[in-house]
Amino acid sequence: MAGSTPASATADGAAALGKARSSVSPWGEAWRRFKRHRLAYWSLWVLGALMLAVLFGPLVYKVGINDIDFQARLAGPSLKHPLGTDDLGRDLLARVLYGGRISLAVGFAAMLVAIVVGVTIGAIAGISRGWIDTALMWVTDLFLSLPQLPLLLVLIFFFRDPLKSVFGPEAGIFLLIVVVIGGFRWMPVARLVRAQFFSLREKEFVEAARALGASTQRQVVRHILPNSLGPVIVAATIDVAAAIIAESTLSFLGLGFPPDIPTWGRILFDAKDYLDIAMHWSMFPGLAIFVTVLTINFIGDGLRDALDPRRVM
Amino acid sequence: MGNYILRRVLLALPSLLGISVILFTVLALAPGDPFEELATNPNVPPEVRLALRAQLGLDDPVWTRYGHWLSSMLKGDWGFSFVSRIDVDTLIMQRLPVTIVIIGASQILALLVALPVGILAAVKPYSWFDRIASTLSFIGFSLPTFFTGLLFILFFSIQLDWFPFVYRADISATGWQWWWEHIRQSIMPVAVLGLFQAASWMRYVRSSVLDVVRLDYVSTARSKGLSERVVINKHVVRNALIPVVTLVALQMPAIFGGAIVTEQIFRIPGIGSLLIDAILRNDTPVIMAVTFVFSGLVIFFNLVADLLYGWLDPRISYR
Repeated sequence: MAGSTPASATADGAAALGKARSSVSPWGEAWRRFKRHRLAYWSLWVLGALMLAVLFGPLVYKVGINDIDFQARLAGPSLKHPLGTDDLGRDLLARVLYGGRISLAVGFAAMLVAIVVGVTIGAIAGISRGWIDTALMWVTDLFLSLPQLPLLLVLIFFFRDPLKSVFGPEAGIFLLIVVVIGGFRWMPVARLVRAQFFSLREKEFVEAARALGASTQRQVVRHILPNSLGPVIVAATIDVAAAIIAESTLSFLGLGFPPDIPTWGRILFDAKDYLDIAMHWSMFPGLAIFVTVLTINFIGDGLRDALDPRRVM
Repeated sequence: MGNYILRRVLLALPSLLGISVILFTVLALAPGDPFEELATNPNVPPEVRLALRAQLGLDDPVWTRYGHWLSSMLKGDWGFSFVSRIDVDTLIMQRLPVTIVIIGASQILALLVALPVGILAAVKPYSWFDRIASTLSFIGFSLPTFFTGLLFILFFSIQLDWFPFVYRADISATGWQWWWEHIRQSIMPVAVLGLFQAASWMRYVRSSVLDVVRLDYVSTARSKGLSERVVINKHVVRNALIPVVTLVALQMPAIFGGAIVTEQIFRIPGIGSLLIDAILRNDTPVIMAVTFVFSGLVIFFNLVADLLYGWLDPRISYR
């Protein structure tokens, strides 16, 4: 075991890190464990391909998202329109690719908001005992029992117009949706980080740092935080998927991005009244959401196995 | 136990209060003025408008307005719908039963699927059954409810023509026919919501049973010569359910979110679609009241989960 495993790890992933054969870096070890999760490994490729397509597709596939062609209304997939067209004859491939950019951007940006808020609150609660911890956890529990979708809808309904007038229609809605979705997803992260802090701050290496005179800030930033990141990374992955679903849900209810910005949820919203005559119209954006969310969830599962070795059976 | 229930109920009250503060803050911060319509109406002189504002307390400080709002909410005076021209509480009472029935039925379906599948998958981990069930559950909770809803409509309503895809509240039939029509039109929404929940619960049940199965007392039960069936049903499942109940309670807000989407897809006249309609038509009193009802429901179900918790693990209620 000891002889064969490091060799395969260096051959596959750790070689790139420039490590000697005998020592495997923690990240190399994690990558080795990640690759053992077959579905997660393949999901990484599928998601990578999808993201490349969404990022660079519009540069190669030069059909406008708003090019109206009444000759080809509600046409099924063909050579000219690989994914078919919608009720105005607009090309669906171009719209799905463009919408993917927005859906993925919302997903990642909302995840960042959730992680930053969650880590900050969890870290403050975890390092300061007493009433600050109690108060922050009460707020966390309160946010956990808020009905999220109704509040999301209400917030967007109230604040859509003023933000539109300040930042412009696209950026304003983007900002609002990202902040609101991220603002409702930080609680699990905060709880995770707090629990990690509770156990880590009693560990010997933190005690050693404290004995050497490290300030609280240095203990947190250099010693505790980096060691509590494993579960946070897993939570972050799942959060991207959840944020993409949340954004699509808002758009599907007609309360997300404005109609001229075709996010995946918005295309579905427009397509749902044509289910019987133009099935392809709703299938492709729906499949895009499904594949993205599924692969992200699988990757999250693989990362859990890779970064949290205690949990692996 | 009575003491425990009382303590839990008392703990739920500050949460409800906190939620009401958040809701009111959103409303107070929101731009736009309920008097906008009057302000642009040339027939209303400005001094009448100002007098009306003062009379209705719109110029009072925020915390006074919050006090007024909260006390009238508690008294059951929820205001008047701008659009429907009836009292908000009447409107909500008309819509609430449908939502409760659909959500309740879908949760029962989710439990009926998730419990046996999760337990069977955990009893034989990494078997074929476990692999297939786990993969299906991943697929299940990666499919957003609005997409499964559309797929169900496409397949069962349009292709097979088994179920109607528009929910009708005004079914004229009576007796058995009435029941049958209602069940028939509820099958798809209940299945969409229930299967989505079942997919994520199944994973909780599985991992929780896996944790418990390895404990020493389970080995003891086995070595006493108890049958596997008794060991699993009597010893493992009850203890494994404790963390599941917590996770399910944490998911309550998501369940109501799913209900809003399903009601919108199948056009079920519940409070979820009422909320969407109210938002699209700027009907602020209805929006606030429905959001508040949703919050109340979430807190109520968290309370139920806490009580269930106390029943599953009696140690908790004595602490």
